[in-house]
Amino acid sequence: MAVAAGAVRKAGKRPKNREEGAGRLAAILVSPTMAVLGLVVLYPIISALYTSLYREGEGLDAQGFVIEGDQFVGLGNYAAMFAGAGADRFVNALYNTTFFTVTTVLFETFIGVAMALVMHRAFRGRGILRASILVPWAIPTAVSALLWKWIFQPDGAANALLRTEILWTTEGWQAKVAIILADTWKTAPFIGLLVLAGLQTIPGEVYEAAKVDGASGWTQLFRITLPLAKPALLVAVLFRLLDSLRMFDLPYVLIGPRKDSVEVLSMLAFDEANQTRYGPAAAYATILFLYVAVIAFLFVRLLGADVIGAAKSQRKKTPRAKAPTATTATGGAAS
Amino acid sequence: MVGRYLARGGVALVAVAMLAACGGGGGGGDDGGGGSTDKDAFSGRGPVTYATGKDTSGNQQNQVDAWNKSHPDEKVRIVELPESADAQRQQMVQNAQTKSKEYGILSLDVVWTAEFAANRWVLPIPKDEVDTEAFLKPTITSATYRGNMYAVPNFSDGALLYYRSDLLKKAKVAEPPKTWDEMKAACDKVLALPEGKGMSCYAGQFDKYEGLTCNFSEAINSAGGAVLDDSGKPDVNTPEAKAGLDFLVNGIKSKEFPKASVTYQEEPSRRAFQSGDLVFMRNWPYANALMNKESASKVKGGKFAMAPIPGQDGPGVSTLGGHNLAVSAFAENKATALDFITFLTSEERQRANLVATSQAPTRSGLYDDPALVKKFPHLPTLKESIETAKPRPQAVKYGDVTVALQEAAYGAMNGEKTSDQALKDLQAELEKLITE
Repeated sequence: MAVAAGAVRKAGKRPKNREEGAGRLAAILVSPTMAVLGLVVLYPIISALYTSLYREGEGLDAQGFVIEGDQFVGLGNYAAMFAGAGADRFVNALYNTTFFTVTTVLFETFIGVAMALVMHRAFRGRGILRASILVPWAIPTAVSALLWKWIFQPDGAANALLRTEILWTTEGWQAKVAIILADTWKTAPFIGLLVLAGLQTIPGEVYEAAKVDGASGWTQLFRITLPLAKPALLVAVLFRLLDSLRMFDLPYVLIGPRKDSVEVLSMLAFDEANQTRYGPAAAYATILFLYVAVIAFLFVRLLGADVIGAAKSQRKKTPRAKAPTATTATGGAAS
Repeated sequence: MVGRYLARGGVALVAVAMLAACGGGGGGGDDGGGGSTDKDAFSGRGPVTYATGKDTSGNQQNQVDAWNKSHPDEKVRIVELPESADAQRQQMVQNAQTKSKEYGILSLDVVWTAEFAANRWVLPIPKDEVDTEAFLKPTITSATYRGNMYAVPNFSDGALLYYRSDLLKKAKVAEPPKTWDEMKAACDKVLALPEGKGMSCYAGQFDKYEGLTCNFSEAINSAGGAVLDDSGKPDVNTPEAKAGLDFLVNGIKSKEFPKASVTYQEEPSRRAFQSGDLVFMRNWPYANALMNKESASKVKGGKFAMAPIPGQDGPGVSTLGGHNLAVSAFAENKATALDFITFLTSEERQRANLVATSQAPTRSGLYDDPALVKKFPHLPTLKESIETAKPRPQAVKYGDVTVALQEAAYGAMNGEKTSDQALKDLQAELEKLITE
C-alpha cells in the first residue's frame, strides 16, 4: 500500500484524487479480512464481556425448579472475584498463573538458547538432532501431560529414578515442580527453534572479523550472537509468555482439576463454565484476557519485541539492518 | 497502535474468550413438561437418538438393533458421547441449553437427576409407565426428584470389597471381615505371614475426584452417619460422620493404606491389588472381570474373592452408581423415546445385557435367577451391596456439592485440617449449597 502511494506521488498528476481512489480500493480489498477478524476476534471478546455482566438464575421455586433467566449484576461477578467467597481461590489461581509463567519461561529461555547454539554448530547428524529436538513440541499437550502423568505416578519412572516415593500428583510443591518440568520439556525446543532461525541469519563474516580481532568465544556469544539473535529470541519469549499465561491442559491432565497447588486462571474459568455459571466464567476469562494483553503490551513496549513487523515500516525511514527473521518467525509460530 | 498489538495478540486469546462465550445465551424459555406427569407430553413417533457415554462393553448397539428390528419406522440411533462422565454431562447440558433436538434419550449418571429435573431439561416419566416394584429400591430413588420420577434405572453399580482369599485362608481368617476392626485384625494376621511382606492393608479411590466423593460418603454412611439427613438437610457435623472420616484419615496416618493411595483412581487401585500390594480393596464390580483376565494380574485363578464392604459396627453401606434413562424435554418423537426406554429396561433386555457385559441390572428379579447366579456367583453379594446402597446427595448443584465433599476429605487425609475442622467447614459449605 505504501509502495503504491509512493508511486502515485512520483507520477505527480492529480495526486489527491488518485490517492483517494487507491485508498478506497484498499479499503474494499481489506474489508473482507477485517470482517473475518471482527467476527473471530472482536465478537467473542465482546460477547464474553457482555456475558460477564450477568449471572444465571440459581434459586429454586416452590416445586423445586430452577428459576430461569439471566440476571444483570453489573460488575458483581468481578467484585465477587476479588472480595467474595471465591477471592482466595482467585488470588491463588492468579499467583499460580504468574508463578508458572515466570519460572517456565525463564527455564525455557535458557535451555532453548543452549539448544539453538548446539544445533547451530555444524556436525554429523545435525539433521537428526534438530528433528528429534522437535518431538516434544510436536506432541499435543494433553498427550504429553498423560505421558508425564505416568512418569510421575507413585510407581512411575520419576520415583524409580530418584529412589523415593514422592506423590507428585497430590497437593504441594512437588505438583508445581512436575508442571514446570513437563512444560519446560515440551516447549524449550520451541524457543530453541526460533532462536536457531535467528542465528542462521547472522553472516559468517561477522565471526571471521571477530576472530581476526581476537575475540574469545564468550565475547562472540555476548557481543555478536545474542544481540543479533535478540529479535527472534524476544518473539519466541513473547509467544511463550502468552502461552503459559493461558496454560490449561497440562495441569488439568497431569495433576487434576480442583488442586489448589496448580490451579490456574483458565482452569477456574473452565470450572465455572462447567457448573453452568457462564457469567462468572466469562468474568474470569476476561480478567485473564486483560492480564495477558497487559503483559504482552508491556513486553512489546519495554523490550521492543518486533512481533508485528514494525521494523519493516521503520526501515523505510531509517535504513537499519534489522533481521527479517522476526516476521518470518511470527508467521511460522502463528500456524 | 495499542489496538493493533492487542488485535494480533488477541488471536491467540480468542480461545480463552470463546470458552466463556459459548453457551452464554442460555436462560429464558417456557417449555412445558415440568411438574405434571401426564402422558400428553409424550407425543410423536419416529426416529430418535440415544445419547450415551462411550460404550466400553460393546453391547449397546446389539440392544438397539433388537429394537430397530421390530420397529422399522421408529429407529433408534446411538449418539456416542465421550468416556468421561464429566464430558458427557457437559455435552448434555450444552445440548439442553441450546434446546437442541439432537439428543432424544439421555443416559444420565445417577447423580445428575436433580440437576436435569430442576432445570426442566428432562420430562417426568408417567407413573403408570413403569412397574417400580420390580426394580431395586435405591435405583428408583436415584431417578426421583421431589417425588416425581424423571428417568428409568438402566444399570446399577455398587461397591464391593475385594480380598485376597488365598492369604486370608493361609492366615486362618475364616470369613471376610464385616467391620473395619475385623478388617484390621485380618490384615495384621496376613501381614505377619511371609507372603504378606511389603503389602498394605486396604485402599479405595482417594484421589481428589468423584471417586473420593463415593468413598467418603460410603465411609460416613458405613459409620451410621449421613451426608444429608432424612429431610434432605446437611448433617455432617456429627460423631458418626467423624468416625467415618477418621477411618480414612487414620488409615493413611497409620500406613494401613499405602501412601500412594491418595493418588488412586479406579484403575491404579486395581493395578495395586492385582500386583499383590494390597490385602483388601474397595472397587466397583467391573474390576472382577479384568483381574481374572489380564496377563499382568498376579491374583487371577481364584486368589481373590468379593464381599460386601465393611463398616463401623457391621456391614458397610455402599454408594450407589449406575445410569438412568430419561427423555430430553427438547426431543422430537417423545412417545417413541419413552417406548424405547421401557424396552431397554425390560427384564428380557436387562438379562441379555447382564449376560453380555456383566453390568449390574436394576431389576431385582434377575439377581435371584438361579441360572444367572450360577454364571455370576457374585450376584447375591452385589444385590446386597446395591439394596443397602445410598445415593450420593441429590442436589441441583451437585457439581459444587461433590467438590465440597472432596475438599473436606482430601484436606483431612493429607493432614491439612483436622477431621473436626474439615467436617465443620463442610457442614457450613453444604448448608450454603443445599438450602437455597
